[in-house]
Amino acid sequence: MYGLFPLLASANWNSPYSEEGVESQVLYSSFSGRPKHLDPARSYSSNEYTFIGQIYEPPLQYHYLKRPYQLEPLGAVEMPKVTYLDQQGDPLPKDASIEQIVYSLYEITLREGVQYQPHPAFSPVDEVLLDRMEQLSDFPQPGSRTLTADDYIYQIKRLAHPAIHSPIFGLMTEYIVGLQGLRDQLKEARKESPEQWLDLRKFPLEGVERVDEQTYRIKIKGKYPQFLYWLAMPFFAPMPWEVEQFYERPQLKQKNITLDWYPVGTGPFMLTVNNPNRKMVLERNPNYHADFYPNEGEATDQAQGLLEDAGQPIPFLDRIEFSLEKETIPYWNKFLQGYYDASGISSDSFDQAVQLSGSGEAQLTPEMEQQGMRLQTSVSTSIYYMGFNMADPVVGGTSERARKLRQAISIVVDYEEYISIFANGRGIPAQGPLPAGIFGHQAGEAGINPTVYRWQQGKPVRRSIDEAKALLVDAGYPNGRDAESGKPLTLYFDVTASGPDDKARMDWYRKQFEKIDLQLVIRNTDYNRFQDKMLNGSAQIFLWGWNADYPDPENFLFLLYGPNAKMEKNGENAANYSNPEFDRLFEQMKNMENSPERQQVIHQIMAILQDDAPWLWGFHPKNFGLYHRWYRNTKPNLMANNTLKYARLDPVERNKMRKEWNDPVLWPLWGGGLLMMALVVPAWLGIRRKERQSLRVEVK
Amino acid sequence: MSALYALVGAKPLFLWTDLLIWLLVAVILFGVSYTRKRPHLLAPWHRVARSRLAMGSLVVLLVYVVIGLLDSIHYRPALEQSEPGDEIHYAVEARTVLDWLVGDLREASEKSYSAPMATHLYSRENVEGEQGVTQRDYPRLKYGGNHLQDPQQRSGDITQSLLLGSVQGLLLWSLIVLMLVLWLRYRKGGSPLQRIVTLLRGHADVSEKQPLPWPTILWVTALVSVLLMMAIQLGVKYHILGTDKVGQDVFYQAVKSIRTGLVIGTLTTLIMLPFAVMLGIMAGYFRGWIDDLIQYTYTTLNSIPGVLLIAAAILMIQVYIDNNALLFETTEERSDLRLLFLCIILGVTSWTGLCRLLRGETLKLREMDYITASHAFGVSHLRIITRHILPNVMHVVLISVVLDFSGLVLAEAVLSYVGVGVDPTMHSWGNMINGARLEMAREPVVWWTLLASFLFMFVLVLAANLFSDVVREAFDPRVQSRGERF
Amino acid sequence: MLNYILRRILYAIPILVGVNLITFFLFFVVNTPDDMARMQLGMKHVTPEAIDNWKQERGYDRPLFWNDAAAGAGQATETLLYSESTKLFRFDFGVADDGRDIGGDIRERMGPSLAIAVPTFILGLMANITFALLMVFFRATYLELSGVVLTVVLMSISGLFYIIGGQFVVGKLMHLVPISGYESGLDAFRFVLLPVAIGVISGIGSGVRWYRTIFLEEMGKDYVRTARAKGLPEGRVLFHHVLRNAMIPILTGAVVVLPLLFMGSLITESFFGIPGLGSYTIEAINAQDFAIVRAMVFLGAVLYIIGLLLTDLSYTLVDPRVRLS
Repeated sequence: MYGLFPLLASANWNSPYSEEGVESQVLYSSFSGRPKHLDPARSYSSNEYTFIGQIYEPPLQYHYLKRPYQLEPLGAVEMPKVTYLDQQGDPLPKDASIEQIVYSLYEITLREGVQYQPHPAFSPVDEVLLDRMEQLSDFPQPGSRTLTADDYIYQIKRLAHPAIHSPIFGLMTEYIVGLQGLRDQLKEARKESPEQWLDLRKFPLEGVERVDEQTYRIKIKGKYPQFLYWLAMPFFAPMPWEVEQFYERPQLKQKNITLDWYPVGTGPFMLTVNNPNRKMVLERNPNYHADFYPNEGEATDQAQGLLEDAGQPIPFLDRIEFSLEKETIPYWNKFLQGYYDASGISSDSFDQAVQLSGSGEAQLTPEMEQQGMRLQTSVSTSIYYMGFNMADPVVGGTSERARKLRQAISIVVDYEEYISIFANGRGIPAQGPLPAGIFGHQAGEAGINPTVYRWQQGKPVRRSIDEAKALLVDAGYPNGRDAESGKPLTLYFDVTASGPDDKARMDWYRKQFEKIDLQLVIRNTDYNRFQDKMLNGSAQIFLWGWNADYPDPENFLFLLYGPNAKMEKNGENAANYSNPEFDRLFEQMKNMENSPERQQVIHQIMAILQDDAPWLWGFHPKNFGLYHRWYRNTKPNLMANNTLKYARLDPVERNKMRKEWNDPVLWPLWGGGLLMMALVVPAWLGIRRKERQSLRVEVK
Repeated sequence: MSALYALVGAKPLFLWTDLLIWLLVAVILFGVSYTRKRPHLLAPWHRVARSRLAMGSLVVLLVYVVIGLLDSIHYRPALEQSEPGDEIHYAVEARTVLDWLVGDLREASEKSYSAPMATHLYSRENVEGEQGVTQRDYPRLKYGGNHLQDPQQRSGDITQSLLLGSVQGLLLWSLIVLMLVLWLRYRKGGSPLQRIVTLLRGHADVSEKQPLPWPTILWVTALVSVLLMMAIQLGVKYHILGTDKVGQDVFYQAVKSIRTGLVIGTLTTLIMLPFAVMLGIMAGYFRGWIDDLIQYTYTTLNSIPGVLLIAAAILMIQVYIDNNALLFETTEERSDLRLLFLCIILGVTSWTGLCRLLRGETLKLREMDYITASHAFGVSHLRIITRHILPNVMHVVLISVVLDFSGLVLAEAVLSYVGVGVDPTMHSWGNMINGARLEMAREPVVWWTLLASFLFMFVLVLAANLFSDVVREAFDPRVQSRGERF
Repeated sequence: MLNYILRRILYAIPILVGVNLITFFLFFVVNTPDDMARMQLGMKHVTPEAIDNWKQERGYDRPLFWNDAAAGAGQATETLLYSESTKLFRFDFGVADDGRDIGGDIRERMGPSLAIAVPTFILGLMANITFALLMVFFRATYLELSGVVLTVVLMSISGLFYIIGGQFVVGKLMHLVPISGYESGLDAFRFVLLPVAIGVISGIGSGVRWYRTIFLEEMGKDYVRTARAKGLPEGRVLFHHVLRNAMIPILTGAVVVLPLLFMGSLITESFFGIPGLGSYTIEAINAQDFAIVRAMVFLGAVLYIIGLLLTDLSYTLVDPRVRLS
């Protein structure tokens, strides 16, 4: 048989890899689409962070094991020192009130002796050879250099660069002093010579100050405690000016060798193969600074073996191979065959992998457990909701009528059923915008949404259809008809549905509204038109989602803040919700430290929101991660994006299991061949006979 | 008018594709009556009618067509009046006569997947036991097999229904045969017994020159009516082909998809035909710059990869629909416009082949003596084209229409996969396959949606292919010499 | 001869202009640059300023057809239509919406596409001809009848079923080949095996029927009768004389699709995760990356025209009676 497949004599026939890395610390993972940007000033989506999180090191990071999420220094040597200043720039005491604080000053001191990954930008470039360089790896003698505070400052300035389009520029102008001014200066400078590289070192930024080689300060307008969370995002990672200058060469740009594609950082890994059409590879950074596996974690971590490697130098992995995998099905099948080390579970593979125990707890099926897989679940810090356009004359506005209508709809759209059908139970119906794990979320009776639920026998129970119908009568739509004109109430649902599952989903929504005789018309559009509708406020009911940037209630509640309205202003308040009382409480809550007082304010806010019902709160998805037994040290961490440095593998075990799970099944081939023979041979014989006969006839 | 609607309790809804379909039916009926009177046109059809294969396929195709036509009469049912004197309002969701006929099937939806003929859901759920203990078990279905006290009786019940269905089917068939006999007697005379013998044994009737293959037709009819009655018997009690992710009956979806398939297969050609015929003949007849222009047009259109042109055009119509959302009162109207546009754009990408064939044919024809003679007599171009050329290229048109049909039905599935097919809310085999793709990764595998779409599509396309083969052989002068095969 | 080729190439220019106009209309007039910008910049924190910036960077901020602001000839040339069209004609496809050079991507993705398309084409051709010949050879046996039935059945199955079924059985149940993916070099063999097999099988129904008619037509000709009369065995008549004569229509029919092999197969590539031009196109459609779609349309048109030209040329090569003038 090996004669037929000479190339496969030793390997598994169906292995999607060449077999080189099979016995070493190589992690196999995937990416579903080419990441758009790998420039830390620009990148803002989770699939991009999978890569640059391992490469760029911002000043802070989230502790890998501790919960609730906790920041700790990464590029910095300690947590930033915060000083509050008044109008004149004089320091204020720690307990100064919000009104007094005009500026906050963050002083960040860096780790010493941190080196960049080897990169040609740090050694002299032979301009003559430049034309012959097809890839970054063609450059001889990559150099390196020590990290300084200037690199961090340089990156902050890049946020204002007009050509980079940093997605957080708009937001940061509200906080970092002088950022808008820098933007204007840079724009001016670019007008003179648009193609020329701008050396940002020559442009001062008022709000950022270099103290010495290892220290810099950032000046923020007002008090903004959430700023620390931003410091843990790659937007604030260091960027050496040499690198930017290096990539500015037109010869490199033509070959797609740009900073947006070939990141340069101080992190544990570096991107060595970057072929977004097929494969991306991270390799261990030989210059990585001393870094160790955490010594402490949550109480349960010890039992789960998460502390076995405590104090060991990290990273453990030598290489991480990401293959392009567009579809979930092949991914899932390859995971089952052992060719991927971890997998999220798509709703359709759910039954195979997971069953819910009596108490509703998810656990692996016996078959999976036998294969030694491990399941980890976590409620994600995101929300999928259905919003009402508050500017709409029918469902929107503050009138009693519209509010009752919204409340009635909130009751009848049964998200418990939605989760069980479309997400296979991987979600939690939301009582308000805040998911568990975010400060301000309240569990139990205190946290339920009284508009939609009752508390019965220790759990929330959805209110009945009759109550919804009663609300509808109050709203003036008995039996789904306008009490005055008698016309049936028709509502419009604006969606962008094109996937295979969407039809079922839309049917489901329509059925929900039919429960109280409301007619729901689905207005399906493409993404662009949908955005247009949202922007000009002509949508009526829509689906939307939000994924938290950082674990703070402000990052959810600002989605409902009046001045952030989507309509015309293009803010993040997609529902165009505007309630002066909410806005006032939000402004108050925003700058508070996490404290019982803050909890109190959030509770008030919740009451307002739940009564106004501008959203159906929808649900918080649950993440299910499956890991093969040879994959160690995994703990879901929804905030940190540099977690690969903690992972460890057992490649020998992996190799054994792969061989075991992928034994080729050959009998159908032989069977098919025999069948063919059985069909053809008699006919062949028949023809032979006929020809002989005719020959004989001719001879005669 | 509105009084009439109120009386019936429904308001008709005229969709574009409905109108076009009925127009097509009218065109075909007209064509039939036109052909009947002209023996030279009738001759090839007699050849088709003699073929057992063609007639067998035709019966199957007719069943599809009838279902499709029933599904092409849309109406909006009246909503219940809250008070007797109120003005009557009509639902925004349109139904068709087919929906009305299948009745409960449309509404009988379960919670989620269930296998064909199942009495329980396909996946385990937390079920509250008798002592209030929750267990993981397969819950009973709301509709599927809910008449059974004990699910154990299922196989007996199914056998019983099948038997009953086949008896009913045979009765229905007998009824059809009876009506046929009466009709034939009325047309041709003879004793009823003689007629029956003729029908069943296929004896060539002395009075007929072109005997129809009656046995084949009747056997296929028997098969179809038995299957139909079985489906009705089982369909009211079970989900014959299971349910999908949100518990909708897959059999119902597959049946509803028939219309979409037929619309794409037929309307596309109906829409492109006038252009292809007109331009093709013009190019061949006038030659010169007109020929150049037409050739240029179709070469240009042809050189754009079809899928990309369709994708771009579908995005465009979606923009139009979204910008004019108020024009469409119901979801059906929106998806219908997209369907119509899909037909148009498919027509645009597929008319070039026919156009080129017609051009070639016309080039040959115009050199014929009788056409040159007509020229000499000063007959106008228009008259020459309509009287002499058009009738002589009709066989090319007919063959290509019949051949295109199955290809278009198959194309719909592929386009839906790419995301530029019919509206995702519309029932279509393409949408079913697209959804079923994900189900193949489940364990245990959910295979019935794929199977249902496969079966329904396969039978239609197979019948169409077989029929078109015979039609081509009957009409194509080149293949006639090889005579009848099969 | 050279003259003819030159003329055909000149004739291709107005066709390409037409293609360009159609695509420009669909992609810029219908879907305005504003839409594209919003699509590309993502969901979070998008300001009108960012959109303007994006358009400016790509040169999409110019008017579509006519620039009133410019002077002289600039009124026509400093427009989107002019600049976008001239770029295409120089085969400068520009950058995709995500900033990558489209020309580079196309060059890179051509390899995998060809790795699937060429074997599928050649093996398919060989399989179709072989089976068609066998069916003719086994005329009037049960094998022919079942062959005819089988081809109609195979033809009536949607291509999607072949792919879904093949992937399920061969990849998932039998563990014979990787379920999806691609490697360059010799390793590609394992990844290409299944897609090629499925491609060949799904094309067999219509292919065999088509070649069978060609062979049957040849069988009816005089020279066959002569050969038989000479007492040549049936096998020799068929595989020697008939096959050779039937090659003319077969080859000329095949030449027209040759250049289009570069475009890859949309469905197969996206199902099997082959990083070729077919999956590139589908991804672009789904992401509404119109720069790529336009480039692919243009490329497809050029290849199609080359195919037409090759067909004409192949006629002269295989059939000395045809002369080009």
